[in-house]
Order: sequence, then C-alpha cells, then structure tokens
Amino acid sequence: MTDAQTPLVDIENVSIAFGGIRAVDGASVDLYPGEVVALLGHNGAGKSTLIKVLSGAYKRDSGTIRVNGEEATINNPRDAKAYGIETIYQTLALADNVDTAANLYLGRELMTPWGTLDDVAMEHSAREVMDRLNPRFQRFKDPVKALSGGQRQSVAIARAILFNARILIMDEPTAALGPQETAQVGELIKQLKSEGIGIFLISHDIHDVFHLADRVAVMKNGQVVGTAKVTDVTEDEVLGMIILGKCPPGAIPGPGAVN
Amino acid sequence: MSDPAISLDRARASELGLVARFFKATELDTRLLGMIGALVIIWLAFQFLTGGLVNGQFLTPRNLWNLSVQTSSIAVMATGMVLIIVTRNIDLSVGSVLGFVGMVMGVTQAEILPKLIGFEQPFTWVIALGLGIVVGALIGGFQGFVIAFLGVPAFIVTLGGLLVWRGAAWWVTSGRTVAPMDSTFRLMGGGPEGSIGATWSWVVGIVACLAIVGMIVNGRRQRKRFNFPRRPVWAEAFMAAIACFLVLGAVSIANHYYWPIGIVRKYAEANNITIPDGGLFIPHGIAIPVLIAVATGIIMTFVTTRTRFGRYVFAMGGNPEAADLAGINTRWVTMKIFIIMGILCAIAGAISTARLNAATNAQGTLDELMTIAAAVIGGTSLAGGVGTIAGAMIGALLMQSLNSGMVMLGLETPLQNIVVGIVLVVAVWLDTIYRRRTA
Repeated sequence: MTDAQTPLVDIENVSIAFGGIRAVDGASVDLYPGEVVALLGHNGAGKSTLIKVLSGAYKRDSGTIRVNGEEATINNPRDAKAYGIETIYQTLALADNVDTAANLYLGRELMTPWGTLDDVAMEHSAREVMDRLNPRFQRFKDPVKALSGGQRQSVAIARAILFNARILIMDEPTAALGPQETAQVGELIKQLKSEGIGIFLISHDIHDVFHLADRVAVMKNGQVVGTAKVTDVTEDEVLGMIILGKCPPGAIPGPGAVN
Repeated sequence: MSDPAISLDRARASELGLVARFFKATELDTRLLGMIGALVIIWLAFQFLTGGLVNGQFLTPRNLWNLSVQTSSIAVMATGMVLIIVTRNIDLSVGSVLGFVGMVMGVTQAEILPKLIGFEQPFTWVIALGLGIVVGALIGGFQGFVIAFLGVPAFIVTLGGLLVWRGAAWWVTSGRTVAPMDSTFRLMGGGPEGSIGATWSWVVGIVACLAIVGMIVNGRRQRKRFNFPRRPVWAEAFMAAIACFLVLGAVSIANHYYWPIGIVRKYAEANNITIPDGGLFIPHGIAIPVLIAVATGIIMTFVTTRTRFGRYVFAMGGNPEAADLAGINTRWVTMKIFIIMGILCAIAGAISTARLNAATNAQGTLDELMTIAAAVIGGTSLAGGVGTIAGAMIGALLMQSLNSGMVMLGLETPLQNIVVGIVLVVAVWLDTIYRRRTA
C-alpha cells in the first residue's frame, strides 16, 4: 500500500482499563483503503477490546481515533456507523427472536410514508443481499434463532455490507463456518477489498488470515508488539510475535515488543 | 447444479397430510389456536356443569357479556405487561398503580372538581381521566427511569412500587372510599347505560369486518409488489370468513342481552314509553369498557408489529447486547415501555373505578398477579423476546372465565384460588412442551 495516502482509520495511543486491568494499553494501528489488516494475538491480548473501542461498544479512556484524517468522536455504536464503520462480532450479535430482514435493518429500519415499518421492502432487499452471499438461503420468515451457524454468520455479514461500509471489522468471522463457507468468506473479503473497503480481520489463528491480509498487527497483554507487511515476515516469525512478543527484523516494533 | 435443499423441501411438502398442508397454507398460529381451543373446552365444561349443554347458565348472552366486561380491565393491563415481560422485565406494581390512579381520578371528580366547577360538568370526566393518565405515565416513567438508567432490577423497583402506591392510595383519603363518580365517567364501566346499543354494535361489527378484509387485500398487494410467495386465495378467503363470523357472532351475542326489567321500566317512565304486552326488549350491545379494551389491543398490536419501537422491544428481548450494538438506545426504550404500562394502568383504573362507581384503596389488589398470569398463559415467555398482544388478551379472558365459572358453580373461594394456581402452572408447562417440540 502507498504511504502517501491518508489512512482510512488511524488509531493512536488508545487505552482502556476495566477495574484496574489495562485491557488495551497505548495501542496504535492504522488501516488504508482497500487494505486488509489482520489483528492477531492470544485470547485476552486485547484485540477484541481495541476493536470494540473502534466500533463504539466501549468508550476509550484516552487516545485518538481519526477517520480519513479527521478526529472522530465515537461514543456509541451509532456514532461508529455514521462514520461507515461496520462490525461483525465474534458472537454475531444477532437479535434471536426476529427474522433475517429485521436483523439486517435493526436500528436503521426502512419506513413507509406513514411512519410504519416497511417490512416488505426490507424483506426484498434482504432477499437480494442474501442471494449474493448464500444463494440457497430460503428461511426469511423464521427468527434467526432457528438458523444454522453458517446461516447466522451470513446474516451477520450481510448486515455489515448492506449499508455501504467503508471500514469493516470482522471478529473471528470464520469461527462458526465449515471449510466451504470459510472459502466463501475469503472470496468476499477479496471482493470488498477491491471495492476500496478497509478491513480489520481479527483472529487468534494466524493460518486463517495470513493469506488474506496485507499487513499484520500483533497484540500481547494489551500492547502492540509490532506491525509488518505479510511479504516482509514469515508465518513463524509472526507466531513468535504472538507467543513471545519478539519483533523480527522485517516488522516495525511497537511498545509491547521485548528486546 | 441440483439443489439438495430445495428438493428436500419438496419431499417434505409431499409428505405433509391434509391437516398439515392446511396449517401451512393459512399460516395459522397453532399456539394461539391451542389457546382458543383451551378456552372453548373451559367454556363447554362450565356450560355442562351449570345445567347441561342446552340449559347451562354459562354460555348465555348475559354471562358472556358480563365476562367481557369483567375481563376488560385486566386485558388492558395485560397488553402492556407483554412488552415488559418480552424485554425480560417484570412489573409487580400494576395493581397498586391502578388503585392509586383510580383514587386520584375518584377524588378529582368527586371532591376537587365539584368545589371548583360544580357537579356533573360536561368536562369533569375528561379532566379526571386526563389527570389519571398523566399521573399513570409519570409513575411508570419514574419506575422506568430507575430501572433503565439507575440499573435497579425491575423486580425490586416494582416490588417497592407495589407497597408505595398501595400506601399512597390509602393516604390520599386516609382509607376512605370515594363515591359517587361522575355519570359520564361511569359509562366507561359498562352497564346498560355504558353500552352502545344494537345499531351501533352492528356498525362497529361491520366496520371491523371491512377492516379485516381490507388488511388482507392490502397485505397481498404489498407482497405482490415484490413478487413474494403469497398464501393461496382459498386460505385468505377462509381466514377472512372465520374472522368476520367471529366478530359478527360476538356482536349478535351482545345484542341478545337485554336490559333488566327494572331498568327498562325506569327508562320507559322517564321517556314516556308504554311497555308493550310482550315486554320491552332493549339490547345492551357492546359495552364501552370492552370497546376500550379492544381498541387498546388493536393499538398495542399495531405498536408492537408495525413501529420501530415495537421492533426494538422484541430485538431487545431476544438479545439485549445485540440491540445495544445495533445502536438502539435500549435504556430509553425500556423507560418508554414502563411509561406505556403506567398509562394502561390508568385506563384500567378508570374502567374499574367507573364500574364500581367508587374509588377504594383496596382496588386492584392482586391484579398484578392476574395480569402477569394472563400474559404468561397468553404465550409471553419469561425468558424474553416472545409474546403477542392478542395472546395476552385471550389469556385474560381465560383467567376471567375460570373465575366467573367457579363463582357460578358456587365453589368456595379457597378452592377457586387453588384451581387458578394449578391452571397457571399446568398452562405454562404445556407451553414449554409445545415450544420444545416446535423449536
């Protein structure tokens, strides 16, 4: 990626603590248009927390977030969505008792001129977007609770791409999927990337994401160990960053690196 | 590429029997149907026990009319309780709020307004009812604020409310019963005066039938707009016919309950009518409290199914965290639900105060349990996210049927409570089995 461009997102020195535990401690990561950045680390390394700060689920204690070079105020999920930041959570965060269309439009419902829900129009575009992601999907009338893991995952993904996101956060997007669906998600990521969308890909398993990412950022104990282009480091070196916090020569060390 | 999912569906469809295909085509809610079935069984049983199928006293126009009036107050509150339970909250204070608001409305029209503007003024009932609704909304809003923004569990807040508002109702008049009510206000309680008569009842019935047909046609047109699968025409026609038959049947029953002789005589004297030899039969028609309850049910159904607010209520009930992450202001939605509950308590309070023609400090005692039971029997899940307004209202009717049937049989009060308690538990148990099967 070119360094001359303004980053789509620039997270700088963000910290957040929960009752004395510094879950994220002075973390800085950036993301350029059309780039996939894999955020790696063990369970509890702080990657999900950092991403929840960006998506508005948590409020940061300190640090700045810039979107397109301008400082962004993100206090809740609505703010984040207003900046074009969409998130696919690890837990999927679906409302179990309402149907697919209602989930896709939750919080942004289409209304009729009389101010009532336009369920038919919502179902229509739900059918369109689901057709693209999962052509065999037919259960539009069922609550999403009744759907299979893969189907639920496609609903969560559909919700994120339905509103022309510019920044997409995917937290363990393939955790609930079989090999075929995982490959589909990979294809989708490449397609979205070619449309100029920036993607944060979060995973604890490096093999899932190494071939999809342009850069990796590794976190450990709430701090960034380092960032690197995937062409400059090997998978084993990244593994060393994750496990030992050791920064290889091809990576740019962060505050969490051990020397 | 052959599609295994579709061929599987087709295989399943051909396996379905006639009955199953019927249910699939009409998209009937089998759960609601089961409840109506239970109601019919209870009604027939009481009819049988009170003198046989033909001579029984239960399924008479008079008893059914009374049943509808007795159900109204609980039915109104049950519609709000659905929203509260759907969002995994509970409201134990509704009976006490009803008592307090009823007392406020009673004192307003019987003691305060007469001093200011005189007795029986045309706007007395409007002022009393309006004040009651405002007080109800404030109480609900306050409790909702403590629950949503201060984070105190609804169970505790409303348990406190149960004591506070009952005490407050007592305090307003130091325990004195307030009577009589304004004569216009009293129409909300039913009775021969508080019913709309035969002609207007038919008008209401026919308008309701037209609305049903209109809604079905509109629904089809909407789905046609986007070429979605539609129900077969015969299924739609069948549903419309059944619904219209039920509406007109109910109107006919209400019109077959005539004014009592004594009231007819007084009415005839007052209006200089000579009573003919065969006797003068003046039909009650639909009672005003029943109309209020039905209107509340329709409005609340509209709110839950057609508005953003209703969508959020069910989304929050299914997964509160997901609703939050979707950008829904869940706290404000919770507070609004409790405001609605407070308003409904005020309406129910107006109905029961008007019916008693007095405000007493014991009014609405144990109503919270009847309301919760009605909502739960009506299929509202305490785990959250599931429930319908219509179900809760039928639940209220079912509870009231049991009560009034047992009174008619002369069952002793302790035995009545035992039966109601057992029915509640068994109903929820059966529902649990049903859900497990269909899940």
